[in-house]
Amino acid sequence: MAEKIGVYIDESSVAPLLSAEELVAFVKAKCGGACPIVKSHKRLSSPDGVAMIKADVATGELDAVLLCGTSPRVDWELFDFGDKVIVDRVNLREFVVLGYKNPDGSAPVPGQPVPPELTSMVYDYLRMGVVKLQKMGTPNPEIPETVKTILVLGGGWTGINAALSASGAGYDVVLVEKEAALGGKAAGLYKTFPMNYPYLEATDTGIDRLIGLVAGNGKIRVCLSTSLKLLAGAPGQYTATLVTGGKEENLAIGSVVLAAGWTPMDTDVLAAYGYGTLQNVITSAQFEAMVKAGAITRPSDGKAPKTVAFIVDVTKAMEATPAAPVEEAPAEAAKPADKKAGEAAEAPAFSPIKTPKHLAYSSELTSLVALKQANYVREKLDDAVALIIYDSMMVPGLNERYYRAAQDNPGIMLTKGTVTGVVQEGITMVVSATDTLLGGDISVAADLVVVPTGLVPATALDPTINLLYRQGPAFPDLALFDGFADSNYICFPYETRRTGIYAAGCVRQPMTMAQAKEDAAGAALKAIQCIESASRGVAVHPRSGDLSYPVFNFVRCTQCKRCTEECPFGALDDDEKGTPKPNPTRCRRCGTCMGACPERVISFDNYNVDMIGSMIRECVIPPKIEEGGPRVFILACENDAYPALDMAALRGRKWSPYVRIIPVRCLGSVNAIWVADAMSKGVDGVMMLGCKYGDDYQCHFVKGSEICNRRKENIAESLKRLGVEPERVEQYQVAIDEYDKIPDMIDQFMDMVLKIGPNPFKGY
Amino acid sequence: MSSNAILVVGGGFSGITAALEAAEVGHEVYIVEKNPFLGGRVMQLNKYFPKLCPPSCGLEIQFQRIKNNKKVKFFTMAEVTKVTGKAGDYEVTVKIKPRYVEPGSVDLSEKCKKLSKDIPSEFELGLGDRKALYMDVPFAFPNRYVLDKERCTKEDLELLSGSDVVNLDDAPKEVVLKVGSIVYATGWKPYDVTRLTNLGAGEIANCVTNMQLERLASPTGPTNGMIVRPSDGKSPRSVAFVQCAGSRDENHLNYCSYICCMASLKQAAYVREAFPDARVTIYYIDLRTPGRYDNFAKRILDDDRINTVKGKVAAVAEDAGTGDVILTVEDAVSGIKSDNRFELVVLATGMQPSIAGERLPVDVPVDEMGFIVGGEEKGIFAAGCAATPLDVMKSAQSATGAAMKAIASVRGR
Repeated sequence: MAEKIGVYIDESSVAPLLSAEELVAFVKAKCGGACPIVKSHKRLSSPDGVAMIKADVATGELDAVLLCGTSPRVDWELFDFGDKVIVDRVNLREFVVLGYKNPDGSAPVPGQPVPPELTSMVYDYLRMGVVKLQKMGTPNPEIPETVKTILVLGGGWTGINAALSASGAGYDVVLVEKEAALGGKAAGLYKTFPMNYPYLEATDTGIDRLIGLVAGNGKIRVCLSTSLKLLAGAPGQYTATLVTGGKEENLAIGSVVLAAGWTPMDTDVLAAYGYGTLQNVITSAQFEAMVKAGAITRPSDGKAPKTVAFIVDVTKAMEATPAAPVEEAPAEAAKPADKKAGEAAEAPAFSPIKTPKHLAYSSELTSLVALKQANYVREKLDDAVALIIYDSMMVPGLNERYYRAAQDNPGIMLTKGTVTGVVQEGITMVVSATDTLLGGDISVAADLVVVPTGLVPATALDPTINLLYRQGPAFPDLALFDGFADSNYICFPYETRRTGIYAAGCVRQPMTMAQAKEDAAGAALKAIQCIESASRGVAVHPRSGDLSYPVFNFVRCTQCKRCTEECPFGALDDDEKGTPKPNPTRCRRCGTCMGACPERVISFDNYNVDMIGSMIRECVIPPKIEEGGPRVFILACENDAYPALDMAALRGRKWSPYVRIIPVRCLGSVNAIWVADAMSKGVDGVMMLGCKYGDDYQCHFVKGSEICNRRKENIAESLKRLGVEPERVEQYQVAIDEYDKIPDMIDQFMDMVLKIGPNPFKGY
Repeated sequence: MSSNAILVVGGGFSGITAALEAAEVGHEVYIVEKNPFLGGRVMQLNKYFPKLCPPSCGLEIQFQRIKNNKKVKFFTMAEVTKVTGKAGDYEVTVKIKPRYVEPGSVDLSEKCKKLSKDIPSEFELGLGDRKALYMDVPFAFPNRYVLDKERCTKEDLELLSGSDVVNLDDAPKEVVLKVGSIVYATGWKPYDVTRLTNLGAGEIANCVTNMQLERLASPTGPTNGMIVRPSDGKSPRSVAFVQCAGSRDENHLNYCSYICCMASLKQAAYVREAFPDARVTIYYIDLRTPGRYDNFAKRILDDDRINTVKGKVAAVAEDAGTGDVILTVEDAVSGIKSDNRFELVVLATGMQPSIAGERLPVDVPVDEMGFIVGGEEKGIFAAGCAATPLDVMKSAQSATGAAMKAIASVRGR
């Protein structure tokens, strides 16, 4: 908790509307006890300004510095005064000088007397800034004992590449494969699509060479015929229970690369093309196995086919089956063993996801496999031809060159078309298609028909990672991705809701071996990074490097379980009674637990319920709306809403002078007590500005804004009971680029508040 | 002496990602960016597919990560001019152009307004102007103006000399860095539309490129996010997208640019959101929406005012009276050739490696199109679109993978 704060007012930010000298006098008068040094400077960010603060810090008289001027988003690098001095900012330029307008909408005139609304605004922000620092301490993390071994789950192409990447950077690896040999699906391939320039020919996969490298690598321990029964603990401190031939072994693990791969989809959707009834209709997986074994033959008579048709278009298969994911009844076997009584009932049961969409998602591989296998026909059979019928050839990127090479092959015919059916005439298969480029509707004879293989990620069918977490054994909410262990984030493809576990390869998305190799390296890096961060006591993305973590004051805990249920990352387990058990290395420091707790049990050294509550209490609320106007607090997500407000101000937009903006880590951290405090103080409204939620959520902590919205319903109920209109508290979803809209949102909310009239508690 | 530090050439999304991922493991990282601001190509985008979310949201987090990590150092307006040494022990010379604006934020917007000339903005791709003192967007990083001194008049310079953050005597600098490995994340540029003579060669006012449409749709763009025709500022009621403008063409780019199909679907959604009556037609060869982008394509195409036609656009012409654009299209399925009138046409121009045709200061193999196709044994790794056309998500994945390889390369010796 800062006790000796140096307060510095930046003249260049507040001029010409406000007098820096007058602000210095205000801080000295109101907060002098906590602020031994209060000064102003022509421009704090100038070398001279920085030198002035450094000199004050050097006297040892200060434990915190409060810079009152520009937004904290600028000039961060200039104001570093060492680890012992906390630095915080009061955003006077963007939120006060640029964002201010008079109650009648006019802009303040420089040189004229300072409008009283502007004075009360700047005073409120200064007082809030000082009290915030008084409630802020330097984080003092527990440095846990960590293990640096990485568990790679899955010994196929992706897993092997991940293991080699991690070991290449100096980390020990345990490579777990459920089959009796390494290699996975890759071992069954005759060839794979081009992995390198010039992208013209299929190549040997190279899997045998990689298996050899693993075998000769002292840092990689290979566990074959082994499954992961349970993963207990937290990043840097996991215990993995492995089962090999009925024997269990516990290993200490730091983090995990999930490379569990895929299984072929149920073939029922392929019935539309005669699969299952016609002998000479086979899947691409079966065709590959046949080529790998040596010869291409027709199942009905063992003869070499002269024409092989490859079906790439799956329109009819998709139409024939329901589009909605089929969630099967929870499988008993899916529950991890060793569950304590009481926990099993609470953790959501795992539901497998089966959907025909898996076939559609596999489109890139379906197209590339057809091109590759058409080339097999040309390579392995004399005079045989291949026909590919596609809707769109899904060969993005440099594989266009591979497609082009196939087009130049006289024995490979390609046409767009919608395949309508496959029938048998004699021993010949007849494939019919409409809307082709060969002249409308066609029927072509083929000796063998190859239908595509849809990829089903391991995580769609089984929890796979078998976590001993209170929130259940699997990644939560994978139905959003139809079972793929993927990320919702475009910018952060490895971010998931289970810290320390990073998916790679086809369990994440259908991808080529070239992509999977790169993905394996990326996931290995994230696994390494997580271990290194845990061992330094710092958070991983998105608050990378944050040293704070939630501290629990269990004396007051009523075992209500809200925190353990709401944590988006499953960081909290609990005991039989329901007392939370924190796992700091799982935690992302969003504060959702802090927002959940009705007893104020949870706090961070540098962010806590008392801090924001005190800031709210520091503001002067006029006893009557007619004398000083209404007051509205804006609790703004610091990741998106706050920058958007900054940009609105920089773009010349202004908003009601009666609002006070308080940044929060995430709306998930908003505690209902803040709203209650504000209301009991006579505040007329509270706006919560947070990220979009729903399927395409933009919240960097996944669930924060959604959870806040749910809690808001309870807040509304409580307000109603107190006789306060629930409309006074509202949450808005704003994106970071909605800077041109936010000022209007604020003004409309203010109009609404004015229409309702004063908070009935005002003046008490 | 060997070094554990890593050089990242290019400060776009791939470069930033590679740098941060390596730095958060504990490695010293230097980013060298030739533009005055980080963020690269995605800074120009209005929204990302498939979520239709703003790129600045992820960039803001990346910039926060840079601010909070002393292991990341970056140089803007900088170029690598010389690299000597070998894997594990490189000496890199970086030349930094003068910015003329010193660190320390001062709102220079009033001064900007007073400068004499409007200069076509490279960032706005010919659709808007800037002053000689400028910031591309209000969320630019670093949030610091840059001065294009050569474009200032004598009066401009006099006006600026009064500011204590403008240093008109700023001079080029050179720094020498010791690094163990190098990540090339030089990204891409839009294919030069003037070479597409059959598609108007950039001379038809209401035939814009997909990147130009991003600027028109962006709230920071020249029209504050209003999609209008450049010729007359009118809202278009019919919009066509011409796919593979330059891509999949042996005379131009012999590959597929990966993003353009999804980009056009996304932009069709912009048009439909802005104008409920507008109709959109997408002319394509193959609609390439791999993986779970299938859901995105279905969602957008569910709109019955968005049509797709498999067909090649043979010619683009301007209707002089109306400014409309006439597309001559051959429908691939029906074989019928027809002329189709649109109020606005968007060319889905492909991506070309930024370094195409340039000499690199390092000896790495580059293919005929400009993609880096080797160099790993030298401790030099390509990330993102320097290696292959990719979307943002896959670029971030590629960059993380490249960071891993760079780390293994410096640790393995």
